[in-house]
Amino acid sequence: MSITREQVLGVAELARLALDEAELAAMARSLNAILDYMELLRRADTTGTPAMTDVLPPWDAMRDDEPGATLEPEEWLESVPCRTGPFPMVPRFVEE
Amino acid sequence: MRLLDGAVRLAEGMARGEYSAGELARTALEQIARLDSGLGCFITVTGETALEQAEAVDRARARGEGMPLLAGIPMALKDNLCTRGIATTCASRILEGYVPPYDATAWTRLRAVGAVLMGKTNMDEFAMGSSTENSAFRPTANPWDGDRVPGGSSGGSAAAVAAGEAAYALGSDTGGSVRQPAALTGVVGLKPTYGRVSRYGLVAFASSLDQVGPIARTVADCALILQAIAGRDPLDATSAPADVPDYRATLEAGVRGLRIGVPREYFGPGVAPGVGDRVREALAVLAGLGAAVEECSLPHTEYGLAAYYLLAPAEASSNLARYDGIRYGRRTGGRHALRDLYCATRGEGFGPEVKRRIMLGTYALSSGYYDAYYLKAQRVRTLVSRDFHAAFERFDLLAAPTSPDVAFRRGECAGDPLKLYMADALTIPANLAGLPAISVPCGFSRGLPVGLQLIGRAFDEGTLLRAGHAYQEATSEWRRPPPAAGEGGAV
Repeated sequence: MSITREQVLGVAELARLALDEAELAAMARSLNAILDYMELLRRADTTGTPAMTDVLPPWDAMRDDEPGATLEPEEWLESVPCRTGPFPMVPRFVEE
Repeated sequence: MRLLDGAVRLAEGMARGEYSAGELARTALEQIARLDSGLGCFITVTGETALEQAEAVDRARARGEGMPLLAGIPMALKDNLCTRGIATTCASRILEGYVPPYDATAWTRLRAVGAVLMGKTNMDEFAMGSSTENSAFRPTANPWDGDRVPGGSSGGSAAAVAAGEAAYALGSDTGGSVRQPAALTGVVGLKPTYGRVSRYGLVAFASSLDQVGPIARTVADCALILQAIAGRDPLDATSAPADVPDYRATLEAGVRGLRIGVPREYFGPGVAPGVGDRVREALAVLAGLGAAVEECSLPHTEYGLAAYYLLAPAEASSNLARYDGIRYGRRTGGRHALRDLYCATRGEGFGPEVKRRIMLGTYALSSGYYDAYYLKAQRVRTLVSRDFHAAFERFDLLAAPTSPDVAFRRGECAGDPLKLYMADALTIPANLAGLPAISVPCGFSRGLPVGLQLIGRAFDEGTLLRAGHAYQEATSEWRRPPPAAGEGGAV
């Protein structure tokens, strides 16, 4: 299977990655080499084999619904690169 | 005594009053000042914090308080473990300026036993790599040969321990990132069972594979560190409610009667002859100590690498969606369009390997390719896991090389990601199956360290530690310091 430049562009759009022309070309080359290697998996007979969805037998991960300590909003907001008062700044995404 | 003598021996010396925690911390800082401009083990050195923590230990000891063994021992954390008030970069430009408001649970638990943090160590960006060349800041050099890589992605942690800049360190292991750098730098690296150590505060790469583990000079040190960090954590739903045994109590039990399987698929043509020879010699040592060593087969091993390099990038593409220029770290342009802000921030903030894996994972999960790639890989993961279950009906441990070869030259794999991925071929299967595995230094090939990998049953780290310790007690070559270590942090 060969992945085209247009497919790379489409995947970059899905992944929200801006790639320049040189990156697009290099990405197509390396993804093709990697996906060629993945063809190896076709040889594995997985007939009737379930997908692994749990690494180990699952355990009950539920805990009692008891309130615990949490961080103050200001502590979280310190990580935000651009803010106004107690809010993260986000560009407008609904057209006026 | 030297920092290279390891945490347990340093603790014993401190208990005898030979030196203080403050003296140990200053010795580690001197070693870092002397060596790290050349080695590049650390991204951030926390000298002031280290001295404060060490003095607090000394004051407590002076008051006659009983102190845990790890109290006052200088250590380091891979820079993907969150540290409250201390920058956590994941060696990525996209997290520039990020200072976490909370601690990773593994670090909280080490702090509780008096650990002294020397700093945050270099790594491949977001733990994606096997050479620590993918750091956005600078590569780390191997203390055995500065022109060679220390392995990765926890290369900074491994090189820091090998060079005596810290007595031990924590790393993270998604496909071998603790064991492979430990092997390439001549130290011990333990990947615990998935769920044994909390992942809370470990910046997520591939959540079904990631596990925090210790890197140290000795297996006995690893037992002590694992004891401190293991156990259920309400902050991580995937941390297991399994009991944590007393690892040090069984450390001296030896290997007599242990059944060790040697999977033939791990000694294929891709394994360098010198590496295979050292591992076979190590197995002869274990046999001489009373273990029953026998060849076996894990027939789906050849598919592990391909399955991993679909599953891990798929999980990464989802986990790394959070770096969008809104919530953390770097933000680039796009003042008038949200999508442009996302794309520009991520395009500029991530390095080439991280972008490649995000792309690969997004592709594998995208409509039309999901069944052929992601689902197929999940089925293959079941086959790899079943191989191990079958083998553990006959054996207590499995033994193999950790890495197919010794440390390679810097730049040797540049431009050929697949070649670099092959470095993980022998460590990945244990991650796919969630099993514990340890790398123990077992001699040298071409003057560079070789690692013996032992893989155990789920939650049976005790047997791994017991066998690794027996091997270290019976051999001495692993004590040899690398040329770059100088005095090895003599105190």
